[in-house]
Amino acid sequence: MSEQIKKNDGTFMDRVRDMVRSFGLPRMIIAVFLLVLFIAAPFVGADFWTQVTNLFNRFSWNAVLVLAMVPMVHSGCGLNFGLPLGIISGLLGATLSIELGFTGFPSFVMAVLIATPFALIFGVGYGWLLNKIKGGEMMIATYVGFSSVSFMCMMWLLLPYHKPDMVWGLAGKGLRTTISLEGYFAGVLSNFMQIQIGKLVIPTGALLVFALLAFLMWAFLHTKTGTAMTAVGSNPTFARAAGINIDKVRMLSVVMSTWLAAVGILMYEQGFGFIQLYMAPFNMALPAVSAILIGGASVNKASVANVIIGTILFQGIVTMTPTVMNSMIHMDISEVIRIIVSNGMILYALTRKTEATR
Amino acid sequence: MSQNKMKETSAGKKVLGFLAANSVPVMFILICAVCIPISGFSPAYLLNEIVTRMGRNVFLILSLLIPIMAGMGLNFGMTLGAMAGEIALIFVTDWQIWGIPGVVLAMIISIPFSIALGLLCGKILNMAKGREMVTSYIISYFINGVYQLVVLYMMGSIIPIKHTTIRLPRGYGIRNTLSLLSMRQSIDNLLAIRVAGVKIPMLTFIIIAVMCLVIVWFRRTKLGQDMRAVGQDMDVARDAGINVERTRIISIVISTVLAGFGMIIYLQNMGNMPTYSAHSQIGMFCIAALLVGGASVDRASIGNVFLGVVLFHLMFIVAPSAGGKITGDTMIGEYFRVFVSYGVITVALVMYETKKRRAKASMGEQLQAAQQEGE
Amino acid sequence: MSTPLLELKNIKKDFFGNQVLTDINLTLDEGEVLGLVGENGAGKSTLMKILFGMNVIRDTGGYGGDIILNGQKVSFASPFDALAAGIGMVHQEFSLIPGFTATENILLNREPQKKSVIAEVFGPRLNTLDRPAMREAAEGAIDKMGVHIDGEMVINDMPVGHKQFTEIARELSKEQLKLLILDEPTAVLTEREASALLDSIRGMSERGIAVIFITHRLQEILDVCDKVVVMRDGELVKDVAAKDTNVTEITRWMVGRSVDAAAAAEHRAPPETETVMSIRRLWVDMPGETVRDVNLDVRRGEILGIGGLAGQGKLGIPNGVMGLYQAGGTVTFDGRQIPLNSPRKCLDSQLAFVSEDRRGVGLLLDESLEWNIAFPAMQIQDKFLKPLLGGMIKWRDEKAIAEVTKRYIDELQIRCTSSKQNAKELSGGNQQKICLAKAFALEPKFLFVSEPTRGIDVGAKALVLEALKKFNRESGVTIVMISSELEELRQVCDRIAIVSGGRIAGILPATDSSEDFGALMVSQVV
Repeated sequence: MSEQIKKNDGTFMDRVRDMVRSFGLPRMIIAVFLLVLFIAAPFVGADFWTQVTNLFNRFSWNAVLVLAMVPMVHSGCGLNFGLPLGIISGLLGATLSIELGFTGFPSFVMAVLIATPFALIFGVGYGWLLNKIKGGEMMIATYVGFSSVSFMCMMWLLLPYHKPDMVWGLAGKGLRTTISLEGYFAGVLSNFMQIQIGKLVIPTGALLVFALLAFLMWAFLHTKTGTAMTAVGSNPTFARAAGINIDKVRMLSVVMSTWLAAVGILMYEQGFGFIQLYMAPFNMALPAVSAILIGGASVNKASVANVIIGTILFQGIVTMTPTVMNSMIHMDISEVIRIIVSNGMILYALTRKTEATR
Repeated sequence: MSQNKMKETSAGKKVLGFLAANSVPVMFILICAVCIPISGFSPAYLLNEIVTRMGRNVFLILSLLIPIMAGMGLNFGMTLGAMAGEIALIFVTDWQIWGIPGVVLAMIISIPFSIALGLLCGKILNMAKGREMVTSYIISYFINGVYQLVVLYMMGSIIPIKHTTIRLPRGYGIRNTLSLLSMRQSIDNLLAIRVAGVKIPMLTFIIIAVMCLVIVWFRRTKLGQDMRAVGQDMDVARDAGINVERTRIISIVISTVLAGFGMIIYLQNMGNMPTYSAHSQIGMFCIAALLVGGASVDRASIGNVFLGVVLFHLMFIVAPSAGGKITGDTMIGEYFRVFVSYGVITVALVMYETKKRRAKASMGEQLQAAQQEGE
Repeated sequence: MSTPLLELKNIKKDFFGNQVLTDINLTLDEGEVLGLVGENGAGKSTLMKILFGMNVIRDTGGYGGDIILNGQKVSFASPFDALAAGIGMVHQEFSLIPGFTATENILLNREPQKKSVIAEVFGPRLNTLDRPAMREAAEGAIDKMGVHIDGEMVINDMPVGHKQFTEIARELSKEQLKLLILDEPTAVLTEREASALLDSIRGMSERGIAVIFITHRLQEILDVCDKVVVMRDGELVKDVAAKDTNVTEITRWMVGRSVDAAAAAEHRAPPETETVMSIRRLWVDMPGETVRDVNLDVRRGEILGIGGLAGQGKLGIPNGVMGLYQAGGTVTFDGRQIPLNSPRKCLDSQLAFVSEDRRGVGLLLDESLEWNIAFPAMQIQDKFLKPLLGGMIKWRDEKAIAEVTKRYIDELQIRCTSSKQNAKELSGGNQQKICLAKAFALEPKFLFVSEPTRGIDVGAKALVLEALKKFNRESGVTIVMISSELEELRQVCDRIAIVSGGRIAGILPATDSSEDFGALMVSQVV
């Protein structure tokens, strides 16, 4: 037995080293950590299939938000810390759809439809701004996101919403911080074609919608325009010399990101069952950013595979740490671990020399 | 006559130029001018509040000046210093050292923490040249996680904390709010004088004044000169033999240490410490105040700090009440001031980036003009 | 003066087997002014880098031969050692802090300081600056230079010439300075400033400071230098007293080739066809390669060379026409005017451009060779795309892309592991071939090729030039080739235009003598 290991030692170590190199050390650590959590889960009394179900659910809520990172990374606009702008479009879509009296599945479709023009308008403005400040995108994106969230805080209070399900009961105006989607579009996708095997529940509909969007993204990156977008991100000067209108491509990528963020938050809400307003969108960008980085993306390269791997790893840690760690050491340090892991990952990506050797 | 007119127009231009260059402070003066009468606060109340808030905040904001000088932009990592100060305060509270000695001891204890965090931050920022701001911003989140790990889980379990009063009921971790009653306003009250009903915390102001002098002096030192050189052109500075990386790290360390002191001054004034949230917004508010005072990402003076504190906090005090009077909902004003804080930072960042871009685009015009002259 | 100040003995240098300096011998006495001339690539700057101890020399394997300073053999590990030994250098690019005054820049990192108690504890960096002493020291250096500049003026507000003088004053402020190297200092000066600089060089010489003066303005050399050293192809070809020579002679030494005959082989008669592109009153704002007022006609089917010294604007012409840098004027191609500042419009008119900046403009370093070659043709001409859903979607045709890449890999003998390899992993020569393939894939009617052989080895060089020639002969494509190497232009081109001072100084058949070209090169140098 030990002899056998020795024999394979060289090649095995080499292979591990290669894997580490191509995968990146932090990613490796996170993947191993998650694996350990899964293995440990049954021993501490957490049910394995419940855990997997949790992971499926969280994945279906979050994956589209992570997918929204892809276009802007491709066009060289960096990580979209301005995600809240798109989220706001989605929130407007959701609240307006309910206000207009839609219920059930149609309310979801209407939410997407109503969110779209908002996402387009916000995206164009946001893209215009980012085109003026090439090179400083990430910091400004962060603050555009924050400003828009705090601006909308005022708007949620002031806009003339009247639906009793949504406004404060006493005042009769001003939206509540949390709005239940029961009777509207809570679970309309997750419950569609839901598969149940013992304790394992798979939210098929939501996964299918993500698969569709991911496929469209993958397909887009294989078209002429998608190719141009990748080239703009890889070397903008090259793209310009090849006759590409860089500003236009970047604008397109920002609009796509913003729209995907809008759809992403609607997906999140349909799974979660609630609309969260006011300061809630504030901290939604960082988890999405770190998820895609954990999945193997860098500041200027990202793929659909990165989205899927990253969301699984990130959400895996989010769902597994509370249950497993709590029962193991009787401390709820999952939140802290999440903060350290996600921000550590972003730091790691930011401090690496940009991969493009310009 | 015509000369007179010329003078007038040039004076007019000067005024316009001044307004354009200081658009952010001017805008704030306008906001305050509108909101103050609406809010209905008495001048005495406002004056009292402003004086208090000046004593509370100025030192913290001063800590931002040095990294700006070294070309590292707005130091969102000042939060690290704030956390160091909080950790020091936790210990001092636990050891039950009261009053001024407590504050002084807290400051001394905060120094090693600040230096360690500052070194870390500076090292990381040297690895991310060109995107210092977004990196320092993420560092502040990252260290916040570490801070929680230490304070919420290690204190009381690994790190000895004697008094149960500051521990969470479960036995380890620090309570969500730490009462600093023992040190409350101990600096502010010493030597405090009252002028026409306004309490002036003389000692705090003396400390601030000394700090201002130190900064003025620092600018004149060799190190200060090196920092300015590094801030403007790292390559040239390196060619001249200046150790660029070290200089940048020093600037961040100094800023972190000062932020630690600033946080202790801030918290002794407040009298209690929200253990897990005191630092989370402090960086943003300090930066916003500095920018409101007319500073930019690459330029900030002591004057900007004072003007910024007055204008920003005036807005902060009057906005909820004014918003409430206008819309009938005080929350509007609360959100408005948050929006303005973020908005100001956004605008300042955008102006800085566009200015960088505009600087290079004038040569083509010259060439065209030269050719037209030839015709 | 028994021992000379500086002696170079048998200096040799190669970059990875590529000999760039052979047996340079040179002496310089105290207070002597030496004019160093030569074409670009003759080895002047490499020699100066060796003398100044620049890192790039050590990183590429050091040099051979001895440098003897004041009778002692020296070998500098870094420019700081060279400075300490009394050698100062003023580079072509300014090395100044933009927001500092002249005084602060002159004394950068050497500021006089006032001792303070705090510094005793925390280290000398907390000494305060002694402003009056700084002012005095800077004034002293400015006086030494003999050209007056305002010590309190901020660099940003200065005219270019004053920045140059600030740099010189900085070197002069160093007490130990014995030898000052000036690398094309007059390039940015107005005539008045230039003559002031010459006066100041004479002044330094009187104070016993030796000067090595590099410039393309030969008259200045004759005016101010004691002796002239001419370099060509990494060799020192002439070392004469300035009073014994003249501009024509120097020019001949600079460009004269012993291998002239070989180069001029197999030339066809320049095609006497109609004009296919006419450029009128072109200006281009390309930093360091400004084009001022260019008029140029290109004939259909020819290979036109554009030559000239570095910084004179030859690179600005293709970059301006193709819209990569801001430009003005009119360009007509095939009877139609081409709008400037729009790469897309140029490419649509079937113009193509191989940039001199391979890594910056020419390649997607992080993408596959397939992408690099196919990308422009795909974007401009919709090649390598499969229409799906009735043309609604233009899908990338990976098979067609792989095919065309394989074809060019074979045709141009590109050495790579596969067509999927990333462009950054290739050697310079192979990267250049990728750039050519990218342009060929566009099937252009007209091709600009800028510095096609810069930084590539001899074998690849011949292959690239041959490929260009073949492309011209077989496909009838008009080619404009820009190169710093006159000999290379003479091998490939039918006619050669020489750019000097941002303008076309003249157009000659490639068969004309090197001396004639040389004379044009230096005719309007700025």
